[in-house]
Amino acid sequence: MIIYVMKRLGGLVALLFAISVLVFMIIRLIPGDPALVILGTSGGDPATVARLRQQMGLDQPVVMQYLRWIGGVLTGDFGYSYGQQRSVLSLISANIVPTIQLTIAALILTLLFGVTIGVIAAVRRGTPFDTISMGFAITSMSIPSFWLGLVLIIVFAVLLPVFDVLGGPGIKGLVLPAVTLAMVETGFTARFVRSSVVEAERQKHVTVARAKGIPTRDVLFRHILRNATLPVLTVVGLQVGSLVAGTVIVETVFSRQGIGRLLVDAILGKDYLTVQAIVLLIAALYSVINFVVDMLYPVLDPRAARW
Amino acid sequence: MNFDNTKRAEETALLGGPIEPLHVLPPSVPLHVRLRRALKHHSLLAGVLIITIIIALVAAAPLLTSIQPGEQNPGETFLSPSAAHLFGTDAFGRDIFSRVLHGGRYTIVASLMVVLLGGIVGTALGIIAGYFGGVVGFVIMRFIDLLLAFPGILLALAAAAILGPGLTNGIISVSIVLVPVYARVVEGATVEARHLPYIEAATTVGVGAWSIIWHHVLPNIRSGIIVLTTSWLGIAALWIAALGFLGLGVQPPTAEWGSIINDGSIYITVAWWVAFFPGIFLMLFVVASNFIGDGLRDVLDPTLTSK
Repeated sequence: MIIYVMKRLGGLVALLFAISVLVFMIIRLIPGDPALVILGTSGGDPATVARLRQQMGLDQPVVMQYLRWIGGVLTGDFGYSYGQQRSVLSLISANIVPTIQLTIAALILTLLFGVTIGVIAAVRRGTPFDTISMGFAITSMSIPSFWLGLVLIIVFAVLLPVFDVLGGPGIKGLVLPAVTLAMVETGFTARFVRSSVVEAERQKHVTVARAKGIPTRDVLFRHILRNATLPVLTVVGLQVGSLVAGTVIVETVFSRQGIGRLLVDAILGKDYLTVQAIVLLIAALYSVINFVVDMLYPVLDPRAARW
Repeated sequence: MNFDNTKRAEETALLGGPIEPLHVLPPSVPLHVRLRRALKHHSLLAGVLIITIIIALVAAAPLLTSIQPGEQNPGETFLSPSAAHLFGTDAFGRDIFSRVLHGGRYTIVASLMVVLLGGIVGTALGIIAGYFGGVVGFVIMRFIDLLLAFPGILLALAAAAILGPGLTNGIISVSIVLVPVYARVVEGATVEARHLPYIEAATTVGVGAWSIIWHHVLPNIRSGIIVLTTSWLGIAALWIAALGFLGLGVQPPTAEWGSIINDGSIYITVAWWVAFFPGIFLMLFVVASNFIGDGLRDVLDPTLTSK
């Protein structure tokens, strides 16, 4: 078992390293002197440029520059945002909480509706419920989230002013953004859950369980759903990353404070150190979550344990 | 070194879209049989119908409206939809009907370019990795794993941050997201196809690698690529429009569905129609693309017919 965990952990570390190299390259891929790129539109006098060049080690080989950068990142130093006149770390920590709240709220909605709809559709395969819910699923996957957000604003700001539309702090302000963010993933989850359940239902042991006369409900919960959990778990892992990335659009539509909007503003304002930090953070989170899901696999399904 | 936690991406998802394994389809199923099955597939037909109508409307834009998409009319700002202005007018008195039809040209052509560019590069990488394997294949696939470690929209945004705003850069950015998707699916299918008896026979007889790839491997994976392309066309349109919405795609005053929605978002509570209509067109385009993708999968993939 230890070997299994170590192998996976090694894979994760390798992946995180590769991600960090790619993200490090962002600033180097932009044409021009990296120091000037970072200073961006805010310009900067020759003294600042020289200091920054020295800080980044631009007179040294790229490998040294990378080591210098990653050393900073690992100790929480993502650099200084010259556009915002504060450290990138403080920018991120000031914006991260609303994004976490939004992501968790959307994840709950996604799982609640996606799993429920998917399971019912699979159990009642071929019924009108199945047809309608799969139609809903494909439509919800196709709705542009930036447009859905605006439609919800029209409906709930103009027609039915129930929710705080723009940036309310409490639960009321969270509802519309969370629904918007959850919509695409809900449709996807419903479809995925449905096909996983259908797949699990086709197993021979399910037929045997039915033949033995085990009540339908027990067959569903003990024999079908338990087997359908694993593929769904994987998808959920990927969805957390997708939801965090989706906040980029949703936070912009609802003018909500958060990491996603910070990223868009940083891209538009050419504040590349902030861009770099956020991209790195989200990609790392995505990989770590998938790793955790991987580790949960053998716990939930002894058959998957290969140690 | 193996990035295990991205391996299962094959059976799961990126933001918005499934990456499913391609089944090697026997080219032996005659065309008329496939056609007959296609004609019985209602959602496939609906998808084809919707997309044909949208493309016809967009292509015939100059015939359907005599108003130029950029034509400003200070006396006619914020008119609600009427016979003269079917979809109303915006803050500059520009006709939204004309902007939506003309703007669709950018969105649709851009998303076609995305699946073409991303599809060709991804397919080429997938075939090389799958057919030749070895060190080259290993390096390619690890790079693909690395790209898949970023949520799709995040990768597109990072690319857009490096390249800067604009339609061409938007197309390249979104294409980069599609490359790993195609590469992974095609690689799997190519490995599967390479072990088909007649292809192994051709290798043994001494047929050249490129000839085998062109005459035997490609025809085997073609249907799968078509399915993948139709499904991802809609997602490409969503992401192109998302970049437009965020101000990273087409630049004003050029109309594109995403950028019109961005215009409309500013005064959404005053003039809902500006953002509403382009969103409807975009959503229908994506729904139709998903319908066609799903439908073609049913029709072309014989392994799914029993479900």
